[in-house]
Amino acid sequence: MAATTVPAPHSASAEKDLLRFITCGSVDDGKSTLIGRLLHDSGLVLDDHMAALERDSKVVGTQGEALDVALLLDGLQAEREQGITIDVAHRYFATDRRTFIVADTPGHEQYTRNMATGASTAQLAVILIDARKGVLIQTRRHSHIVALLGIRHVVVAVNKMDLVGWSADTFAAIEEEYRQFAAGIGLAEVTVIPVSALHGDNVVAAGANSPWYTGPTLLHHLETVVVGDDAAARPLRMWVQTVIRPSLDFRGYAGMISAGTVRPGDRVRVLPSGVETTVARIVTFDGDLPQAVAGQSVTLTLADEVDISRGDLLCAADRPAGVADQFEADIIWMHEQPLLPGRPYLLKHGTRTVSATFGHPKYQVNVNTLEHLAATTLELNEIGVCNVSLDRPVPFDPYREEPETGGFVVIDRLTNVTVGAGLLHFALRRSQNIHWQAVTVDRAARVELNRHGPAIVWFTGLSGSGKSTIANLLEARLHAEGVHTYLLDGDNVRHGLNRDLGFTDADRVENIRRVAEVARLMADAGLVVLVSFISPFRAERRMARERAGDVPFLEVHVDTPLAVAEQRDPKGLYAKARSGELVNFTGVDSPYEAPEAPELRLDTTALTAADAASAVFDRLRADGVV
Amino acid sequence: MSPIPSPGTLTTLERLEAEAIHIIREAVAEAERPVMLYSVGKDSSVMLHLARKAFHPAPIPFPLMHVDTTWKFREMYEFRDATAAALGIDLIVHVNQDCVEQGINPFDHGSAVHTDLWKTEGLKQAIDRYRFDMAFGGARRDEEKSRAKERIFSVRTPQHQWDPKRQRPELWHLYHARHAPGETLRVFPLSNWTELDVWEYVRRQEIPVVPLYFAKPRPVVERHGTLIMVDDDRFPLAAGEQPEMRMVRFRTLGCYPLTGAVESDATTLDEVIDEMRNSTFSERQGRVIDHDQAGSMEKKKQEGYF
Repeated sequence: MAATTVPAPHSASAEKDLLRFITCGSVDDGKSTLIGRLLHDSGLVLDDHMAALERDSKVVGTQGEALDVALLLDGLQAEREQGITIDVAHRYFATDRRTFIVADTPGHEQYTRNMATGASTAQLAVILIDARKGVLIQTRRHSHIVALLGIRHVVVAVNKMDLVGWSADTFAAIEEEYRQFAAGIGLAEVTVIPVSALHGDNVVAAGANSPWYTGPTLLHHLETVVVGDDAAARPLRMWVQTVIRPSLDFRGYAGMISAGTVRPGDRVRVLPSGVETTVARIVTFDGDLPQAVAGQSVTLTLADEVDISRGDLLCAADRPAGVADQFEADIIWMHEQPLLPGRPYLLKHGTRTVSATFGHPKYQVNVNTLEHLAATTLELNEIGVCNVSLDRPVPFDPYREEPETGGFVVIDRLTNVTVGAGLLHFALRRSQNIHWQAVTVDRAARVELNRHGPAIVWFTGLSGSGKSTIANLLEARLHAEGVHTYLLDGDNVRHGLNRDLGFTDADRVENIRRVAEVARLMADAGLVVLVSFISPFRAERRMARERAGDVPFLEVHVDTPLAVAEQRDPKGLYAKARSGELVNFTGVDSPYEAPEAPELRLDTTALTAADAASAVFDRLRADGVV
Repeated sequence: MSPIPSPGTLTTLERLEAEAIHIIREAVAEAERPVMLYSVGKDSSVMLHLARKAFHPAPIPFPLMHVDTTWKFREMYEFRDATAAALGIDLIVHVNQDCVEQGINPFDHGSAVHTDLWKTEGLKQAIDRYRFDMAFGGARRDEEKSRAKERIFSVRTPQHQWDPKRQRPELWHLYHARHAPGETLRVFPLSNWTELDVWEYVRRQEIPVVPLYFAKPRPVVERHGTLIMVDDDRFPLAAGEQPEMRMVRFRTLGCYPLTGAVESDATTLDEVIDEMRNSTFSERQGRVIDHDQAGSMEKKKQEGYF
């Protein structure tokens, strides 16, 4: 079998085009069997792989003595043993007409993440339906994700037709139901094919069992479908990856063209700066090009000396992208740790990485029904709509118009893991219309009047560690020295500004965000601000430090072992937490992340409160604040 | 490549080339101390060529590193040194001195121990020694099942281990190289290439490759049904065993005692490509190490094999 079909000698990847597609279906739909069948029946399984398949089919196969073609796909050993595909796997095959890259994405509920990943680079999706079961909730889920990621071409393979006796009526009913549903979610190009992956009917060759079906086989459709790639016809977009400067005479901007066509002489606008110039040359290793199109990696030189660096976007001057720092976006959450509104994350968008915070979700989308649900956060594999706020303006297009300038990934700042992905809808009007108000009385003027500089002293530590006691003593000492101060205390702020917040992780993050903002405003007003908050998470303390900007920021770790703090228990809180009366209590059932490099660490088992306060005062003096 | 592609009709090879160049530029822009692992084979030749393209007209902004086992074919060493000299490339050759001292070889210690100590341990040593935080590798996803699931930017723990369950999602063309101190990245620009794509590209771009890929009479002996070339006098011949001159070539290259030759008359690139198109065996079939046990590549990768 494997040796009978051999690619024709003239059909080389140097001449054929490429179709990237994903396959979606759940464990029982026979997805791996379908792809295995495609490869096997098109003669693309090589003899040694075939021998391994025959061997494995007998040992771990699920088809008795028959070949279990699904085993061609399930790659990792652990997955083979469990009989499931747990990650995106890529397959490569070619026929006389086309080359194909298949992203095989797992279908069960907890892996929305993998499907979105596979869908982000696909031009077409194959969705499997079990003929015995018809359109299921999971079919809808797969279709919604396909629609969300903007894949325009869908093939529905109605599998296991042999198990419904090749009933034309069953097929027609499923096709009718799916088409109605697809039209409702904006999937226009839908092809429905009855198949038996196990036996091979209508996968590569037409089956004798379905004389009533006159459409194409799956492979024929994949080989001939026109996936009109209109990217070259859209306005030019190119993210600058790197500046190439071998000598003083050459300065080129290297990148992959995301959309459009470029020729020497074209006017381009550089974003976010907005500067315009003209393309001089399209430089490649193989010589200069008269034009380049979407999908090519090139180096452009420009007619004028302009300041361009990595992360800038080159656009068609007459149809540039937008620039903004606040957006609405779809967010697909991909990590076990839920999205924390207000926590600073990194966002990689094109070749630019910026700091970003997310607002509370406006709603979460039930991917099975498209219903909007209220949500305070997003958990793993949940999709919702949030506002995103960046630390600086970035170039963008709506994802629907230009995926490469409208899609981004979200990165955790501490673990560097990619925790989510986002699709930009539009810029928020407020960010475009509210401008920074310049003021005439500035920091220097206030310092001169106060005769001391501003600072933020951030006390962090367990409940009962002695933060408030030390902060009080320090404030009294500063006051006596004529320093303008203010003490922000965790308990007090929770009675007023933050009384709407509880003690969940999300609320703790928002609690600290507000306090950090207030501390910054007060420091800007010239005060030495003492902040006494448990502030258990590193990420939020880091945010507070970053919000402080160039105001001196002293992180003071009031370091008291849990056992000691619990023994002191001045407010009786540990006792309540241990008895279960109080939940999410730091140190008991909520973590405390100790600072890694605080400016000061006060060991309260060795220092008195007065000594500790003096140590902070001395540090402020040494730093020239007071 | 045709100089003026019409809109929307880039060929598979043009798309793969553009994608690989994008990956190489992105990795270099985000890494602090990048290196390109150079194994002297055809994939390395293509990767090196793509790196030159990515930064043209500037030189390649990172060194190449060959993790040597001292057991490669002699023609590979000649080709490696000639390539580095011709292109003026900064080439690091790392040899695991522990292996040298213990005289580790495939005959006395077996292919598994030999490969683990020379290659896996050697690579870990070299990355630690030069403090590289990112290494390009020429691995392709079509080579082996466990590779089909590996990311293009793949994180390794400070112990150089790969955890298939903790891979970062990669969407669109967004890759990122952020990592904790001690962690390193492997970046695979040829992830989406097939063996045929590599050969088509070698032909299109006239990229030099080691002559061992082309058939010629070479001295071989047959061991367990595999033709092994007797490349130097370290090869222990059995009593009365005589190497036999046969017309052979190699589909992949590694340590000569562990690399099976195939009988072939393909002496030119066109003939090699035609022969491969008609082949009914996969390319790694000639590698002794992959057959040690089922799932063996996944195991090796978790332990730190490239």
